[in-house]
Amino acid sequence: MKIAVCVSLVPDSTTKVKIGSSGKSIDENGVTFILNPYDEYAVEEAVQLKEKSGAETYAISFGSDRSKEAIKKAYQMGIEKGILIKANSDDYDSYTVAKNLADALNELKPDLIFFGKQSIDFDGMAIPGMVATLLNLPFVNVVTKLDVNRNEVTAEREIEGGKEIIVSALPAIIGAQKGLNNPRYPNLKSIMASKSKPIEEKNSTYSGNKTEVISMNLPPAKGKGKILENGAESAAELVKLLRDEAKII
Amino acid sequence: MAKILAYIESKENKFKNSAFETISEAKRLSGILGCDFASLVISNQSADELKVLGDYGPEEIFHLNLDEMNSIKGGNIKYSYSAIAKAVSEFAKQNGFTIILFSGTGFGKALSPAVSILTDSALISDITGINVNDGIISATKPVYAGKAFAEIKVNSANVVLSLRPNVFKAEKTDSNNAKVTDITSASLNLSANDFSAVVTEVVLSQGKIDVAEADKIVSGGRGLKGPDNFHLIEELASVIGAATGTSRAVVDAGWRPHSEQVGQTGKTVSPGLYIACGISGAIQHLAGMSSSKCIVAINKDKDAPIFQVADYGIIGDLFEVLPVLKEEFKKVL
Ligand SMILES: Cc1cc2nc3c(=O)[nH]c(=O)nc-3n(C[C@H](O)[C@H](O)[C@H](O)COP(=O)(O)OP(=O)(O)OC[C@H]3O[C@@H](n4cnc5c(N)ncnc54)[C@H](O)[C@@H]3O)c2cc1C
Ligand SMILES: Nc1ncnc2c1ncn2[C@@H]1O[C@H](COP(=O)(O)O)[C@@H](O)[C@H]1O
Repeated sequence: MKIAVCVSLVPDSTTKVKIGSSGKSIDENGVTFILNPYDEYAVEEAVQLKEKSGAETYAISFGSDRSKEAIKKAYQMGIEKGILIKANSDDYDSYTVAKNLADALNELKPDLIFFGKQSIDFDGMAIPGMVATLLNLPFVNVVTKLDVNRNEVTAEREIEGGKEIIVSALPAIIGAQKGLNNPRYPNLKSIMASKSKPIEEKNSTYSGNKTEVISMNLPPAKGKGKILENGAESAAELVKLLRDEAKII
Repeated sequence: MAKILAYIESKENKFKNSAFETISEAKRLSGILGCDFASLVISNQSADELKVLGDYGPEEIFHLNLDEMNSIKGGNIKYSYSAIAKAVSEFAKQNGFTIILFSGTGFGKALSPAVSILTDSALISDITGINVNDGIISATKPVYAGKAFAEIKVNSANVVLSLRPNVFKAEKTDSNNAKVTDITSASLNLSANDFSAVVTEVVLSQGKIDVAEADKIVSGGRGLKGPDNFHLIEELASVIGAATGTSRAVVDAGWRPHSEQVGQTGKTVSPGLYIACGISGAIQHLAGMSSSKCIVAINKDKDAPIFQVADYGIIGDLFEVLPVLKEEFKKVL
């Protein structure tokens, strides 16, 4: 069995966003980049499958040299091989990422491909479904439980107010949601070992964005709220404000 | 010439409010672009049940019967995302639709990436606004979990957009002139191959409103001290008709299910009213709820960051405040 995990590098979730000088992206000064939190569930699931029944495992990332960090984190968690697809420029949209990943995956031909359910930068929730459709493969995103059999998988997908049980043929694309597993913390030994592990580099095969960011702005600042200070005695006043001023109830 | 298709989600043969929001936005956009728009529904509903959509303005409602579509595959299936994506895409291509709108629900977000590829369209997901400049479409999209907003321009003849629920206005029109037109799966070139993944079962937690869809949310954080105290949150929620939400700290402690988690790695919500009780307001929590229209915070720490985004708040012990607040709400509701 061959398993691939697509991993992306994103700003840490504690990042205080500032807009950069171009007015079209964030100021990356002082920003720490991490493996996308949902991709950790994807990596963990791949590694657990490898440990259980043996598999060749790959981590693939599209981006600049910096994206090697995402692959290294995947190595630390137990992925064996890594491929970086080098982007031609810093401006790429989901379609370009999906095209490049699909081309690389088409060459690799894995039996199972994991993604995070969404990346926490542009929150697209787009790439797993796009790649699957480009490769004409079935896909299930937002997966919280997975059973892999010889030629079929059964997945639980989280939906509003419940879940769906989905049966899919293999090869398939799975988008991981929190709850799928508990991602491991890499130990010192695996962190050291990952440092010298090579990463295969490939050139980008496509660069023709279908969308373009024309500006980026911070949300409008909020006025000071009305904060009441008398504990339970303020409850009646709060209800009055919500009713008469905010007109929300 | 542009032409707009609103894909209308019908879950268990019922329409959610987000469906009406999507039609209303399609109508508004068609007015600006001076083009036609129509709705497409895949469900087991009758023409009469479908006609309520006409209250929001579409003149043509296209309907594909879900059971008929599923019979191509046979067996005991509910639906297949890949087959629905194929059906929507074929229909759009055959009838010259260039702009396809989805509600940004779980369903819409699963379909829209696939449809964007099958129709060779640009995709902008989870948007909060659509703008037209010189005939060119751009969309406003929250990025970095709402810590910023990107204006994204479409550089392609076709576009697929998914609309964040609870943001766009659902507006009824004066008259309902809707005509329902049935279409068949045969005309859409569907075959058993399009059903490579199928939903065999849908399990819904009974009677609960999901945070992602709720117009009012009462959330409890670590300040609740333990799972046994969440009845305080549930009781207040039930009095005002709200869903219950929570923070990641609470989910990680195993007090509440992950499905209730609000935040950057939980659900992004934008209800009319969000009441945060015993939640400090960590940046990852704020990321998921700061676009709520009215935020109320109850916290005993006056310096808790949640007060910086709150429209209203009470500084105090939630164990004392919540029971009184519940009674005060009861008096006026
Ligand atoms: C990668 C990553 C992703 C994350 N994603 C999320 C996410 O999606 N959602 C999320 O919520 N968090 C997320 N977090 C966690 C986040 O950083 C915080 O740890 C979490 O939100 C804190 O939860 P809390 O406010 O319930 O608890 P605390 O921070 O412990 O706050 C408890 C609050 O309760 C108040 N309090 C205590 N007792 C009382 C009382 N009797 N009456 C009134 N008030 C009281 C305290 O003053 C305090 O403000 C994430 C963290 C990381 C690293
Ligand atoms: N540049 C990238 N390289 C590799 N995988 C990516 C990249 N961007 C996104 N992904 C994968 O696609 C998932 C969903 O991303 P998105 O559609 O951007 O929200 C992520 O969790 C990753 O698994």
